[in-house]
Amino acid sequence: MSDRWTDRLSDYLDGELGERERAELEAHLIACAECATTLTGLRRVVTRAGALEDRPPTTDLWPGIAGRIGLSTDEFSELRRMRERRFSFTVPQLIAASIVLVAASAGVVFWLAGGPRPEPVARPTQVAPATPQLAKWMPKVEKSSDIAVAELRAALAEGKRSGRLDSLTVASLERSLAVIDSAIAEATRALESDPGSAYLNHHLADTYRRKFNFLRQANRIASART
Amino acid sequence: MPTLTTDRTTAATDAETADVALAQSGDGRAFERLYRGHAARIHGLVRRMLDANEADDVTQDVFVRAWEKLHTFRGESAFGTWLHRLAVNVVLARRKALGIERGRRSTDDSPLETVAARNEMPEHTVDFEEAIGRLPDGSRQVFLLHDVAGYRHEEIAKLLGIVAGTSKSQLHHARMALRKYLDR
Repeated sequence: MSDRWTDRLSDYLDGELGERERAELEAHLIACAECATTLTGLRRVVTRAGALEDRPPTTDLWPGIAGRIGLSTDEFSELRRMRERRFSFTVPQLIAASIVLVAASAGVVFWLAGGPRPEPVARPTQVAPATPQLAKWMPKVEKSSDIAVAELRAALAEGKRSGRLDSLTVASLERSLAVIDSAIAEATRALESDPGSAYLNHHLADTYRRKFNFLRQANRIASART
Repeated sequence: MPTLTTDRTTAATDAETADVALAQSGDGRAFERLYRGHAARIHGLVRRMLDANEADDVTQDVFVRAWEKLHTFRGESAFGTWLHRLAVNVVLARRKALGIERGRRSTDDSPLETVAARNEMPEHTVDFEEAIGRLPDGSRQVFLLHDVAGYRHEEIAKLLGIVAGTSKSQLHHARMALRKYLDR
């Protein structure tokens, strides 16, 4: 059984009714148990629809996609293709976009100098000076990274001291950090031997991006348990 | 001293934005990360709007198309929103190519009643997804786009080549049929 309001219930649920019509329907709902029940049922449908789970494909579709768009799962040929492909941004801009995006929420502001290359600045700890324009971002990123690592280590220490972080968790996080730092050290060494390499700059920026992501997640874990 | 107080959502958004920029410059690994982050949602959309047999192929089509069109993404919306809309267009094009006509949208309530009637048999178990799959084609498309994917009626009307009033009516029919399923 339905009345003239039954077919308007979905519009009411979605806020599509005008003010007068909405008021009339609401007055009707008070008097009509059937419509009120129907409305409850429609709400349940909408709620269930919003809660539908998406499952990934049972087969990994990536190899097929990669093949169709000309990407090889062979890392070397993929990297070579990257170097050969015309970048739509300059590499410093791309690196800047990557680093700024991941660091912006930490309140650290990065900037990369554009314009003519300044005179190379020799750093006592470096074996050889890097190409100034491409590598100028590194000290700032390293500083931000050092700050983030110090925060994490402080959170871990507090967690251990208070007993809320077990030693396995702490050890696992420390190991992961060490792996990432090792990758960064390796990428940095490679860049120092070929400072003009756009790919190596790109790779190092990407590795720092992963480090920032890890630090965020680790800090969240450590902070949640302290 | 700056603190890394970003929650997981912001960090994920930051990482994805960086991946989009990297992918736009040709970074295949970044595009693979985007694929892995969105494959489930896109596959679900394709599976429900077409059918399970076509879902894998069409999901691939979506991501191939996304790679080809990535240079047009300007960040005015979230990447997931842009990708979803692209997927809807790919699905609708596929339906057109398969000759699934809009005219199959039924105004006869009996198919809707059949969904509910079947569910009255105690030995017949139909889950919610299956019930959606049994809706008449037109009302199913509108239901999926509105209640599952979050499109507005005006957008659905434009996508499906109908008027907004028809979209609202089809949505109501779908919900009423599915309500009877949930009420059992």
